[in-house]
Amino acid sequence: MADLGTEVAGVRLRNPTMLASGFLDETGGSMLRVHNAGAGAVVTKSIGPEPRAGNLNPTIVELPVGLLNAVGLPNPGIADYEAEAKHAISGGAAVIGSVYGRDAKEYAAVATRMASYGVVAVELNLSCPHAKGLGTEIAQDPEAVEEITRAVKKAVHVPVFSKLSPNVADIASFADAAKRGGADAVTAINTVKSIAISADLRMPILKNTYGGLSGPAIKPVGLRCVYEIHEAVDVPIIGVGGIETGQDAVEYLMAGASAVQIGTAILSRGIGVFAKVSQEMSAWMDANGVAKVADLVGAAHG
Amino acid sequence: MGSRLTQIVPLEDVVVECPHTRTYRFRADMDPEPGQFLMLWIPRHDEVPMAYAFLENPLGVTVREYGDATHALAVESKKGYRIGVRGPYGNSFAIDGKRALAVAGGVGIASLIAAIEAYAGAGIEIHTAFGARTKEELTFLDRVKAAGPVHVATDDGSAGHHGYVSDVAAKLLDDGRFEMVLTCGPEVMMKKVVDTANAKGVPVQASLERYMKCGIGICDACALDDRLVCYDGPIFWGTDLATSADFGHWRRNISGQRVKA
Repeated sequence: MADLGTEVAGVRLRNPTMLASGFLDETGGSMLRVHNAGAGAVVTKSIGPEPRAGNLNPTIVELPVGLLNAVGLPNPGIADYEAEAKHAISGGAAVIGSVYGRDAKEYAAVATRMASYGVVAVELNLSCPHAKGLGTEIAQDPEAVEEITRAVKKAVHVPVFSKLSPNVADIASFADAAKRGGADAVTAINTVKSIAISADLRMPILKNTYGGLSGPAIKPVGLRCVYEIHEAVDVPIIGVGGIETGQDAVEYLMAGASAVQIGTAILSRGIGVFAKVSQEMSAWMDANGVAKVADLVGAAHG
Repeated sequence: MGSRLTQIVPLEDVVVECPHTRTYRFRADMDPEPGQFLMLWIPRHDEVPMAYAFLENPLGVTVREYGDATHALAVESKKGYRIGVRGPYGNSFAIDGKRALAVAGGVGIASLIAAIEAYAGAGIEIHTAFGARTKEELTFLDRVKAAGPVHVATDDGSAGHHGYVSDVAAKLLDDGRFEMVLTCGPEVMMKKVVDTANAKGVPVQASLERYMKCGIGICDACALDDRLVCYDGPIFWGTDLATSADFGHWRRNISGQRVKA
């Protein structure tokens, strides 16, 4: 039997599947449920300094190829989130706290409180494509990515993962910026900036007009980004984007990821997707004579 | 967690049921079960969850104005006005037992009426304890009466019992004739009904409401304890609600903060 245990920047995981930020992670009860469904770790909803309502509906559009969302960073704020994070952690979940802010100082302040709740790592949402004034600009500015990562690294003692946007010309240069700032790993990719139009109504469907695309449609984009980062920068990578099956996860590992995140596939395969992907990975590894996850990381590179 | 694409459909009919409550009828490619809901998009305004009050084309939802979105719908809507719909979502009422009691509060009748009719259609005796603020707000009273006996309560005494419908329901449950209870209405009312039914050992199904964004079980906005109203519900059994810390006490606001219900 293949060993599915993996490690990202010192964080040990029972298997390489993590819950991606934004799905079933606003409340402690739901995160614990995902943990109990087999996820190796759960990443929280992106949490900011204050409660935030997010955008009005429609905030999601289901598409045949994936999911378009513009929820707009709704979250209860870092103070109220203490109860949620601690509920999940006390139930045994490995929780990775996703945080955002307006500037480096705010990121550091929120990350500090998040770390104090007992999370195993913090993930910096540097790339939300659907919240005005938050993330979108940061995602386009390598210096901002470096500065924020550095500020958070100085502030917390847990590993720091910088989550990168695919909506840039050269994602590897952003991974390099994160590494210069001290990132222990990078998460790639966030959603792909997109739009859905109602032909009948001659207007965009999302209230926010623009949203982020996730699901099967973006898997090739995510794979390409992970591959490029692995080629160019020596930094652990958490791969995310359109992973639905064990085969998808294996491909991400081969592109260079040490672990993967899953979100949209909850729609197609249910919350049991974490256990299913793990089982499928294990079966694939057994069938192909691969003993451990580390042997697959970057295997597609020459 | 089914995938349902948004359908743009014109309103075929708008019926004013009482001041501030309207029924909107439309045709769409959907096959809902009693108690399920859809996400109703009011273009340029918002998208809100609504229970199906009519299960067959023309489908229909009955909406009480309670905020900007539902007010906008009431103002904008006339025959031909185009809305977006996606669904059906959520679970449905179990149709079971020999004699059932539906307990409806106000516009809660909208998500119960299809189940009440399904009970009657299945040959199960169905009584309805129907409460509203005034007799004008007893929407679908004719449909309810056609399905079985009705026990009315109004806050102002304009029809039936002058007082709470939960008290009427408790009295009806006293004689032990009912084998199933269904309820939808204000949560404080449903809490009383569920507690009463649980105490008497009668299975009870309650249709809950929470603020929703996605409607499809991913965004966590409508969390109730560790469950999702949009996906695990909206209908919950009394036995599950008996152990709920949230039911009757807490809800999530638009930011996801846990606040007093």
